[in-house]
Amino acid sequence: MTGHKQMKDMSISIEEIKKPENRIYGKPSLLTDNVMHYCPGCSHGTVHKLVAEVIEEMGIQDKTVGICPVGCSVFAYNYIDIDWQEAAHGRAPALATATKRLCPDKYVFTYQGDGDLASIGTAEIIHACGRGENIVVIFINNGIYGMTGGQMAPTTLIGMKTSTTPYGRDPKLNGFPLVIADMIAHLDGTAYITRQSVHTAPAARKAKNAIRKAFEYSQKGIGLSFVEIVSTCNSGWKLTPVDANKWMVENMFKKYPIGDIKDILK
Amino acid sequence: MAEKILMKGNEAIAISAIRNGVDGYFGYPITPQSEVMETLMKEKPWETTGMVVLQAESETSSINMIYGGASCGKKVMTSSSSPGISLMCEGISYIAGAELPCVVVDVMRGGPGLGTIQPSQSDYNQIVKGGGHGDYHNIVLAPASAQDMYDFVDWGFDLAFKYRTPVVILADGIIGQMMEKVEMHPMKPRRTDAEILEAAPWATTGKPAGRERNIITSLSLDADIQERFNRKLKGKYEIIEENEVKFSEYMTEDAEYVFVAFGCSSRICEAVVDELRAEGIKAGLLRPITLYPFPFKEIERLSKQVKSMMSIELNLGQMVHDVRLAVNGACPVGFYGRQGGNIYTPEEIVSEFKKFNGLA
Repeated sequence: MTGHKQMKDMSISIEEIKKPENRIYGKPSLLTDNVMHYCPGCSHGTVHKLVAEVIEEMGIQDKTVGICPVGCSVFAYNYIDIDWQEAAHGRAPALATATKRLCPDKYVFTYQGDGDLASIGTAEIIHACGRGENIVVIFINNGIYGMTGGQMAPTTLIGMKTSTTPYGRDPKLNGFPLVIADMIAHLDGTAYITRQSVHTAPAARKAKNAIRKAFEYSQKGIGLSFVEIVSTCNSGWKLTPVDANKWMVENMFKKYPIGDIKDILK
Repeated sequence: MAEKILMKGNEAIAISAIRNGVDGYFGYPITPQSEVMETLMKEKPWETTGMVVLQAESETSSINMIYGGASCGKKVMTSSSSPGISLMCEGISYIAGAELPCVVVDVMRGGPGLGTIQPSQSDYNQIVKGGGHGDYHNIVLAPASAQDMYDFVDWGFDLAFKYRTPVVILADGIIGQMMEKVEMHPMKPRRTDAEILEAAPWATTGKPAGRERNIITSLSLDADIQERFNRKLKGKYEIIEENEVKFSEYMTEDAEYVFVAFGCSSRICEAVVDELRAEGIKAGLLRPITLYPFPFKEIERLSKQVKSMMSIELNLGQMVHDVRLAVNGACPVGFYGRQGGNIYTPEEIVSEFKKFNGLA
C-alpha cells in the first residue's frame, strides 16, 4: 500500500507503471495459463514456477525435455511450456537416461514425487545415480501419496497418520522412512544433492538457486543432480495451508533437514 | 556380390542394428539372447555410427529407456527372452498407448515362470494378443533364419515408424543360437537431427518458439477422449491388417494337407512336407511371417482346397486357435506341439500327421 501511495504522490501514470522495466514481479512466460489442478497450499505450484523461471532465465526452452511421474504432478506437462514425456509409475529416470544419452545436448530432468521415486521407482533412481546419468531430478517429498487419496509413502514419518496408517506409522507394522537423498549421496555417480523447501519466500529463492545449479551441473558431464523439495500436502495431511507449513517445519525438517548434502565441485 | 558372414541369429540382430542406423539399444542379460548385447558391446558402435548401447538394471528399466528414446524420435530397440519380456509388457503397453515406434526382440524360451532356457514358441499368446494391459496390438514378425533376424530389424523399424507402434521380432532359442550365413546389405546411416524432425515431428526434441509443446503420454482421464483414442488405434490396426500381412507358402498349390507353422517350426515342417511328398502324400506348408497381422484370408482360402490342416508349434497350442478362426469349420484342424524346450523331429511330426489323418 505504501508503494501505491508513493506512486500516487509522485504522479506516475498507470502506463508508466506497466512498463517492463518498472515491473518487479511477473508470471514466468513458460508457465501456461492452464488452471492448476493442485490443491491450494500445495508446494507443487511453487516448484513448477521455480522450474519454469530457471528454464526461462537460462534460455533453454528449446533444449529442455521434462519427464513427468505418476502422482499429483502427472499433469506437469499442462503447466510448463516445454516438451514432455509422461512416464510409467517410477520409471522417469529410465526415460531420462535414454533421452540424455541419445540427445546429450539437451537438458533433461525428471519431476517425481515420493511415491513415484522412493517406492515403486527405487531401482530406476538408484541405478541412474549409480551410472552417473547427467540429468536433473526434482524430488517432491511430502511424506504421503497425494493423488490416490493420502496413503502412506516410504517417506511418511513415524507416527504420521495416513489413510493406510490410520493409527500412525508404526515401524513394526510399516517399517521406517527412507531418506533417499542421504542414500544416494554415497553413490559415486551423483554430483550435487540438496534438500530445500518452498514454504517461505527466502526458502523458495534458495530452492530456485538449487534448481538452477542442478540444471547447470547437468551439462558439465559430472553426474546426476538431485534437488529434494520437502513439501506440504495439506489435503493429505488434513491441515490448513498455514498449519501444514508449520507442521512441516516442526516435523518433516527433523527427519529431512534442509541444506546441501553433496556438491562435488565444492 | 554382397558380403556373407557366418553368425548366430542373435549376432545378426546386433550387427543389423549397427548397419541399419539404429540410434540406441538398451537391454538386460537373459539366456538365450545375451549375445545381442555382448556383440554390440564388442563392436563398440558408439565409436563408429554413434549408436548408444546401454546395459540397464532390469528389463523394466530397459523397456522404459526405449520409451524415452522413442519419445525423442530415435530408432531404439531392446531384446530379451520370455521372462524378461513379461516384465517389459507394462512398458510395451505404454509405448503402444503413447503411439511410439520401437523394435523389441523376444528370443523365446520355455515357460511359464522361470521355465527353461531351451527354445520354445510359448509367448505367441502374450505377444500376438497384446501382453500388457489395454486394447492394443504389437506388429509381430516371426523370423525363421539368421538372415531373417538380420533383415527384420530394418523392416521392423520401417513398420514401427510408419504406424507409430511397437514391433516385436518373435524369435526363439533355435533361431537365436543357430549359426547361418548372413548376407550383409549396404550400411544405412543413422538419421540426422533434421531427418528426425521430418520423420517424427511429434518427438520431444526441445520446443522451439513457434510450435506447440510436444507431449508424449498415454494418459487421459476423460472416458470419451480415451474411447476416441481406442477407436483411432483400431482404425490403425485395420490398416495394418489390410496392408502388412506377410506369409510364405511351400508346395501348397496342389496340397491336400497343409501345415501351418512359424519360425523354427516352419523350417522343420519343410522337411516334413518333403518326406510326405516322397511318400506320395500331397502336403504343403503355410508359414505366417507376420503373426500380427495374421494371414487369416490365406488360411481360409487354403482350408477350402485341403482335406485337413495342422498347426505345428513349440507350445501347448496357441496359434492353432487363430488357424481355427481362419478355417471356420471348413476342414478339420489338428495340432501337434512339444513344450519345455523340447523340439520335434520331422519323423515325429510325420507320425502325428498320419495319426490325425487316419493314414497310419
